[in-house]
Amino acid sequence: MFRRRGDRYIATFAVDEVRVLRKVASEVVGLLTDGFDHSDPVVCRLFPEVYPEDATGTAEFRRYTEGDLKTAKIDQAGAILAALPGDSGGEVRLDAEAAEAWLRALNDARLAMGVRLEIKDGTDLGAELDDAVADDPSSSRVFQLSVYAYLGYLQESLLNALIE
Amino acid sequence: MGGMAAPQVAPVETPDTDEVPAADRPWVTIVWDDPVNLMTYVTWVFQKLFGYSREKAEQLMLDVHHKGKAVVSSGARERMEHDASQLHAYGLWATVDRS
Repeated sequence: MFRRRGDRYIATFAVDEVRVLRKVASEVVGLLTDGFDHSDPVVCRLFPEVYPEDATGTAEFRRYTEGDLKTAKIDQAGAILAALPGDSGGEVRLDAEAAEAWLRALNDARLAMGVRLEIKDGTDLGAELDDAVADDPSSSRVFQLSVYAYLGYLQESLLNALIE
Repeated sequence: MGGMAAPQVAPVETPDTDEVPAADRPWVTIVWDDPVNLMTYVTWVFQKLFGYSREKAEQLMLDVHHKGKAVVSSGARERMEHDASQLHAYGLWATVDRS
């Protein structure tokens, strides 16, 4: 979890955490490049229809803004990949700009996972996880829910370090 | 929401919005509730993007959370589209509409 030291935001990650963060950041990049598809509900959530009642207006808006937005999202996921230590685990030190990029990228990753996991208002993550474990402890849903919860804690720790 | 006593003053005459031609009415940027974004993050984004005070940003976040949506800025259409695209960069679910 992140803490502030002077003008740096610092966290130490175990090797498993580094792998998970590299995986989720890479998946976001993949989603925004090769896998980009407006009919994917995740893409829909990351690039919302700005005029829900006006397809033409939305298409026009996208024509002017979507390229920049996509680039910004790829860059912020790239900020995670760039700052992660090698596969051994270790320390991450971010300046304010990189910390904000991480914050937005962690949010994108959580949004993407939230759509896939069908997180709803009032979803009790602990209860979801218990159910999933009871169902099959080795399932991908157990892993995904754990990662989703972890990313939330990580994002919150970084946000608190930035605000403090 | 906590109720407030209605102020005991005569209502000031306000122009009826229906009399203003639709095209001249300003536009608004609306942020919608979603189950993923952290409340502290949404507050932070409002402060960051709009320069709102902590109190105002927090109130807007609570409006989004409890009422399902809130108007976060208003003005010219181009300006609202700019605000919406900025909000999208931060992962908030924003749309533009006529006020």
